[in-house]
Amino acid sequence: MTAHMPIRSADRLPKIIARALLGASLLVAMAAPAAATKIERVRSPGGIEVWLVQETTVPLIAMDFAFRGGASQDPADKAGVASLVAGMIDEGAGDLDSKTFHERLESKAIELSFTANRDHFTGSLRTLTENKDAAFEMMRLALNAPRLDAADLERIRSETLGILRRESTNPDNMASLRWWETAFAGHPYGRPVRGTLDSVSTITAQDMRAYMKGVFARDTLKVGIVGNIDGATAAALVDKVFGALPAKATLRKVAPADPQGLGRVIAIDFDVQQSVVMMGGVGIPRKDPDFMAAFLVNHILGGGAFSSRLYREVREVRGLAYSIYSTLVPLDSAALFMTATATRGESAKQTLDVVAKEIRRLAESGPTEEELAKAKSYQKGSFALRFDTSTKIAAQLVQIQIDDLGIDYIDKRNDLVEAVTLADVQRVAKRLLDGGMLVTMVGRPQPAPAKGG
Amino acid sequence: MTAIFKTSTRALLILSVSLSVLSAAALSAGAARGGGPEVAHFTLANGLEMVVVPDHRTPVVTHMTWYRVGSADETPGKSGLAHFLEHLMFKGTAKNPEGKFSQTVATLGGQENAFTTADYTGYFQRIAREHLETMMQFEADRMTGLVLSDDNVRPELKVVLEEWNMRVGNSPDARLGEQIAASLYLNHPYGRPVIGWRHEIETLDREDALAFYRRFYTPNNAVVVIAGDVTADEVKALAEKTFAKVPRVADTAPRLRAQEPPPAAPRTVMLADPRVAQPSLQRSYLVPSYATSKKDAEALEVLSHILGSGSTSRLYRALVVDQRVATNTGAYYQGSSLDASRFGVYAVPQPGVTFKTAETALDEVIADIVKSGVTAEELERAKTRMIADAVYAQDNQAALARWYGVALTTGSTVEDVLAWPDRIRAVTADAVRDAARTWLDRRRSVTGYLVKELPEEKRS
Repeated sequence: MTAHMPIRSADRLPKIIARALLGASLLVAMAAPAAATKIERVRSPGGIEVWLVQETTVPLIAMDFAFRGGASQDPADKAGVASLVAGMIDEGAGDLDSKTFHERLESKAIELSFTANRDHFTGSLRTLTENKDAAFEMMRLALNAPRLDAADLERIRSETLGILRRESTNPDNMASLRWWETAFAGHPYGRPVRGTLDSVSTITAQDMRAYMKGVFARDTLKVGIVGNIDGATAAALVDKVFGALPAKATLRKVAPADPQGLGRVIAIDFDVQQSVVMMGGVGIPRKDPDFMAAFLVNHILGGGAFSSRLYREVREVRGLAYSIYSTLVPLDSAALFMTATATRGESAKQTLDVVAKEIRRLAESGPTEEELAKAKSYQKGSFALRFDTSTKIAAQLVQIQIDDLGIDYIDKRNDLVEAVTLADVQRVAKRLLDGGMLVTMVGRPQPAPAKGG
Repeated sequence: MTAIFKTSTRALLILSVSLSVLSAAALSAGAARGGGPEVAHFTLANGLEMVVVPDHRTPVVTHMTWYRVGSADETPGKSGLAHFLEHLMFKGTAKNPEGKFSQTVATLGGQENAFTTADYTGYFQRIAREHLETMMQFEADRMTGLVLSDDNVRPELKVVLEEWNMRVGNSPDARLGEQIAASLYLNHPYGRPVIGWRHEIETLDREDALAFYRRFYTPNNAVVVIAGDVTADEVKALAEKTFAKVPRVADTAPRLRAQEPPPAAPRTVMLADPRVAQPSLQRSYLVPSYATSKKDAEALEVLSHILGSGSTSRLYRALVVDQRVATNTGAYYQGSSLDASRFGVYAVPQPGVTFKTAETALDEVIADIVKSGVTAEELERAKTRMIADAVYAQDNQAALARWYGVALTTGSTVEDVLAWPDRIRAVTADAVRDAARTWLDRRRSVTGYLVKELPEEKRS
């Protein structure tokens, strides 16, 4: 009975933050070595580098790829272009109209999907090995010759508008949108990745072609392939898919930015039973030498286990919330630290106070030796869980390349975790947690009259 | 068999996924024959069933403990108890006080969670293979050793009420879903929300939880599924040291719930909430499940695919592409349940399009299949897609573990899962048409409308 599926903890990355994370390089930070994962670097005759993991047990192939330049490349008045491109390029390409294109995919069980996050345009492919030629051909068509037929554009546009309308009164979305537009006013990150009802209504096929022309290029491309396929075959298929794209991307510059409005609390009055609270401040960039220490600090504060300080103090001890967590969001042009929760209206203030107190306590006193040891142990131990499906591995291969961590990162990663000292986490806790947060809150924080369901 | 994570209600899931993501088959495939892993299935002396699904690609395991109990097994008046107990199962035992299990999982780098549905309750850890025995020890310990005090039960009740706020209170979609289920099931406890009715959740306490626990948490009512880098022999040896030592503490009774009378009248419900910015409609039909009629279930599975999975489906072509009366539409089938299940269709009307227009279009699509059936090409495409999902599933040990767990707690067998691709292959076009004809009968259905405000009533 999927219809109702309460689970004990919220999604470890609930949607409010998952949305915030669009474009974040978190995957790799959480990844870790898998003894069985051997990565080959393959250079195609056309000069495209592919990271390949050969895996013959299951007769399938998974490919992930990314181009730099996600929604941050949308024109200022056309938020949502990149997202709409992601929704449109499998709606017919080359000689195949949308219907024929989808029927062909389905008749061979080929899966293509595309997503635009803040910093990247990503795609993935999954196919049975026996259909690999057809699958890569469909991907080639989608990237090189999407039709963007008017009727299909209107259809996908209206579907997008339907989703945006629905989200316009969802407190999670409302809190997130307001947070980003406040923290990054005037910056591309301040615009909603999927656009607004107004902006999506104005996007044309020409806007989408301009986006693709600038972004779909070989110089920023990162590719990972996993499956029952050898290097030479993978190289040839990759050349076929990406070989005809321009050599160089033309990207708008996205200025480095810090979140604004730290210390502010923006309350949006909205008649819902439970108030949604989102908080964010300055984080630590992925390339910063302190990143790993910050990652451990975040784990201790509100990372993905039932043992974090926030989980314990907000949920276990006080029963204030079902979902409570924090996360690092290292984007290309900004580094963020965020936390989110949701609580009944009359507890909103108390919950905010508890979260603020825990953050302050960790900033001032730092983690204990035991907490650090446990956090390291968790991070090292959980490494392999990031590598137990082909699609997960393919995603990791791409993320490690995006973050420029080196092909031996998987082998080095646990040593990097181990090398973090107590002095490191104490210093970094202060750096990470002492800077103040911008808070957006959606709901009725005042005591509300009791109401039935 | 069903998807497990993340979404609180089916309605939300459907309305929020992009096209072609929600494949009914993807939610119900089993491991393919040939090339798939060798699945072992055995029962310990205390009655605990075990399933082992080897996957040696990565040195990790998924360890899932399933109990054959869900919200449909609750006593009337105590709705939400199965789910509340699931939360309380993390409160410790005499041997492993509160927090020790979760601390251990975290320290060892594992992931854990738990879930409750109408028919089953499950707990899992995903962890490096060398820690499997430790997980089995903890899970065996809490199978009968739970200790609860008011001090940890009361805050947890607040947590559950916050979960209710999040999943139900804050979500008009979910509240409509509750109304539809309650109207569809006139007699069967599937009509109650798994999370419970709020006024009943509020009254649950320690004694309720312990009584429920003692009745249902016993090795002879549990299934342990382990997928990953282990062999059946290794698991058997570990089980002797752990689960095999748990005594039976209760006898299991047949899971006989009050059954539905033959449905007699189409029902409609309308839920209004000022927050509804995008109206939508969804309809559920009362239909057989795999457990009540395998043959019907297989045909319904294929039907749901052809009717409403992805942008090549009948509903999408008609409502979204050709007639442009909806921005999204689809169908789904929940085959995995012990008793009569649900077949659903939904549509999100275009702005300015009335429910009546969208619903008429939807009914015409169904009527056409009832009258003329499906084409050979549609049938073939659907089957290919569904059977491939069984291959894709082999790539994901956690998904495989879930399928076996769901199957064994909802009246199916390991053999059923293994044979699923062959049985889907055998579904005929006639069977699909007959399934539509027999089961997609308006009298078997509840249609729900989500609106911003109720239309004005004419008073007479």
